[in-house]
Amino acid sequence: MNLVRQQTTAVAVAGVLVMSAGPTAQTVRINGAGATFPYPLYSKWFDEYRKTRPDVQINYQSIGSGGGIRQLTNQTVFFGATDGPMTDEQLTAAKAPILHLPTVLGAVVPVYNIPNVKAELRFSGQVLADIFLGRITKWNDGAIAKLNPGVSLPATDITVVHRSDGSGTTYIWVDFLSKSSPAFKSTVGVSTAVKWPTGVGGKGNEGVAGLVSQAPGSLGYVELIYAVQSRTTYGSVQNQAGEFIKATEQSVTAAAAAASRQMPADFRVSITNAPGKGVYPVSSFTWLLFFENPKDKAQARVMVDFMKWALSEGQKFAGPLGYAPLPPEVVKLELAALARIRM
Amino acid sequence: MKGRTRRQILSSLFVAFCGGAVLLALVPLALVLLFVLSQGIQALNVGFFLGLPKPVGEDGGGMANAIIGTLMLTGLGSLMAIPIGVLSGVYTSEYAGSRLASLIRFAADTLNGVPSIVIGVFAYGVAVLPFQQFSALAGGLALGIMMIPIIARTTEELLLLVPTTMREGALALGATRARAVFTVVLPAAAPGIVTGIVLALARIAGETAPLLFTSFNNRFFSIDPTEPISSLTVQVFTYAIAPYEDWHRQAWAGALVLVSIVLLCSMLARVATRRLERLARG
Amino acid sequence: MGRKDLVFRAGTGFFGLLLILIVAAIAVELTRQSALSIQKFGLAFWRTEIWDPVAGDFGAWPFMWGTLYSSVLALMLATPIALGIAVFLSELCPASLRQPLVFLTELLAAIPSIVYGLWGIFVLVPAVRALEAATPEALRRLPLFSGPPLGVGMLSAAVILAVMVIPFTSSVAREVLRSVPMAQREAAYALGATRFEAIRSALFYARSGIVGAVMLGFGRALGETMAVTMVIGNNPQASLSLFAPQYTMAAVIANEFTEAADDLYLHALTEIGLVLFIITLVVNSLSRLLIWSMGRSRRAPRASAAGEAAA
Repeated sequence: MNLVRQQTTAVAVAGVLVMSAGPTAQTVRINGAGATFPYPLYSKWFDEYRKTRPDVQINYQSIGSGGGIRQLTNQTVFFGATDGPMTDEQLTAAKAPILHLPTVLGAVVPVYNIPNVKAELRFSGQVLADIFLGRITKWNDGAIAKLNPGVSLPATDITVVHRSDGSGTTYIWVDFLSKSSPAFKSTVGVSTAVKWPTGVGGKGNEGVAGLVSQAPGSLGYVELIYAVQSRTTYGSVQNQAGEFIKATEQSVTAAAAAASRQMPADFRVSITNAPGKGVYPVSSFTWLLFFENPKDKAQARVMVDFMKWALSEGQKFAGPLGYAPLPPEVVKLELAALARIRM
Repeated sequence: MKGRTRRQILSSLFVAFCGGAVLLALVPLALVLLFVLSQGIQALNVGFFLGLPKPVGEDGGGMANAIIGTLMLTGLGSLMAIPIGVLSGVYTSEYAGSRLASLIRFAADTLNGVPSIVIGVFAYGVAVLPFQQFSALAGGLALGIMMIPIIARTTEELLLLVPTTMREGALALGATRARAVFTVVLPAAAPGIVTGIVLALARIAGETAPLLFTSFNNRFFSIDPTEPISSLTVQVFTYAIAPYEDWHRQAWAGALVLVSIVLLCSMLARVATRRLERLARG
Repeated sequence: MGRKDLVFRAGTGFFGLLLILIVAAIAVELTRQSALSIQKFGLAFWRTEIWDPVAGDFGAWPFMWGTLYSSVLALMLATPIALGIAVFLSELCPASLRQPLVFLTELLAAIPSIVYGLWGIFVLVPAVRALEAATPEALRRLPLFSGPPLGVGMLSAAVILAVMVIPFTSSVAREVLRSVPMAQREAAYALGATRFEAIRSALFYARSGIVGAVMLGFGRALGETMAVTMVIGNNPQASLSLFAPQYTMAAVIANEFTEAADDLYLHALTEIGLVLFIITLVVNSLSRLLIWSMGRSRRAPRASAAGEAAA
């Protein structure tokens, strides 16, 4: 072929090689999937970790906690991520022992969009449960008004927005509502995907945040960072001690304090509606899931190294992104548990 | 006759309605295209074409991997679909009366009507689960399946268009049927077949649903067919439903690139089809 | 027949067989992967209204309703417009305008579904929301217009589907109209018909092909996923109201498939895929039958069948 063609081909080939620079012959590629809740933090972590280990590519897709559990069980991904711990049935179905490792603490907040109301509303678990059950249908309902004296609420219908996909965020939310309302517990129950008595479904935390920010009169639940990033108003929630607390790094860390002293060996614990002062009641750990005896040892070695990084260096990225770092007692227990992953 | 009778008025109204229908159809077309253009052009820069996705909250970042991914997926799909599609078309045109040909035609029409999401479910069960791996190959399989019926039908129609004199001439010179088809008939129909392929490409380049559970998605640049791979459609979808402004902008840019690719393919195909039509009419 | 010819026939026939095999494999695989759900629910699955992943109770009815309702509505919106376009472009259009207009209307079909979805979320839904909010009280009381003005819901889905279906129906209808012999129209004009009446007789002559074209559009609407799931509200509750958020078969699969955390859930979703497959199979077969029965009069296929092939 003529010279021009040769040169063009050479440039094209060089271009492809340049673009694929980074992955060397030793690149370890690891696929993970799961929760959207910690996605902003994980995407930051995998990027930062890559700076210390350029030969590692961790590809994480946020398809929802249910998806993470599912794909891990099918072994189509190396690790999963979830905000709702796996149930005993799910663990049995996985046919091999799975390790839950908490990575960070997060909070689920009630977001709302009421025309002309910019104030921060106060909610209680009971009221939220009734709204999501469809029992409270208007914003100026007595129960809401009682919690918010001094705020003039309109007679608008409440549009409930929930998740249409299987989600750990949902798990945390319904876990809290079930603890607050026996009626909710028996009607809806606790799981990553439930049968909602009312409302519209959004896909991912993003979908819910998007719907709420666009539809007047709506109320939904999202992970804190999504509320902040989409600039949607979110309210405070009443905790067991009766205080109305907004989700902050301190209030979320406070929720983990009691749990960290009595952490079960498999780390599966719910900290919603935790007792104590200054506690934000809709907080939760979020976990990464690994097989204890994974097939690919090279990937296992990388992920163990990554976890050690995440539990130490990684924790400092949590605060700025709206998450709360793990209590030191929990970190210690985890570093010990990491030894269970057979490399 | 003086004045307009009722029938004539009715006729004029009808004509006006038909013209109005065309205008009405053009309204959403203009809206969508203008919207994609206006929103997308802002985020379109060199960084978009060469960069990789960045973590949440960081500006910049691009869809280089997604563009390559879409190209690779369509390439894989074509690799599978072109042989099957063209050769099926050859059979059904050469042996048009046979029972197998009717069955093939029926199957092709059926396949054409299967929703892309169902094909995605099929590809998941067949290409992802058994290997416990999301992969570009699985995505290519799903897209290829969608291309086959389009290519098969176009090939058949075009081969039937080639004047029998050409085929008979070759046979008269002692060529086997295979020889006649491959050296005379196919080359004559080639431009049209290519058109069909381009049309099929345009159709699948814009598909999202079947890729959701086959090629999955990939933050990184990858050309490994056994690994998950990014694609413009899935990436646009992921960014669109996120609450981050920067991601929205990139989603629009991605949509613009996607629409451009698909429209270009469609235009090419249509231009070629017109030319062929004119030739066919002699 | 020479041996080489036999090899040729077998060789190309093999690839044709592959095509058939793929279709069969899809049907088989879908059935296999929904075994648990079929065993547990049987035929009741088709009419159960419940979709409860927690209790493990699944039924396809709300999704079938959503798919059929949205597609029928889309057809009602799209068919007059598509036929109007087909008539205009094949009968009434000045020759100079024909090419560009045909090109433009077919451009609608080239826009990817996800782009329609994007446009849907950011442009259509707010517009529909405003429209819904502006509905007079008297109409609101009707079940057809009941419910809060969310924007996302059946109406948005129907509109977006209609836009996507128009180019398919109109391009096939155009082809069908072109196949009506000129003699038909000339006879009508000779009898003193107005343009409308002449075209009407042509439409009548081509009626089975026209119905086929409409059904083809219907089949397309049934399977549409991405654009619909972004504007329909994703709520598995069958409702007559245009304002109500609902759910379609394709949308629920797209949303929940990778996340179905247990086998029964996954099998139930696959069974919905099977139901969708069967329904589109029936609709498309019917439409092909109708178009074919129309097209029997003309034998020579044309290169413009490439346009039909894309439909």
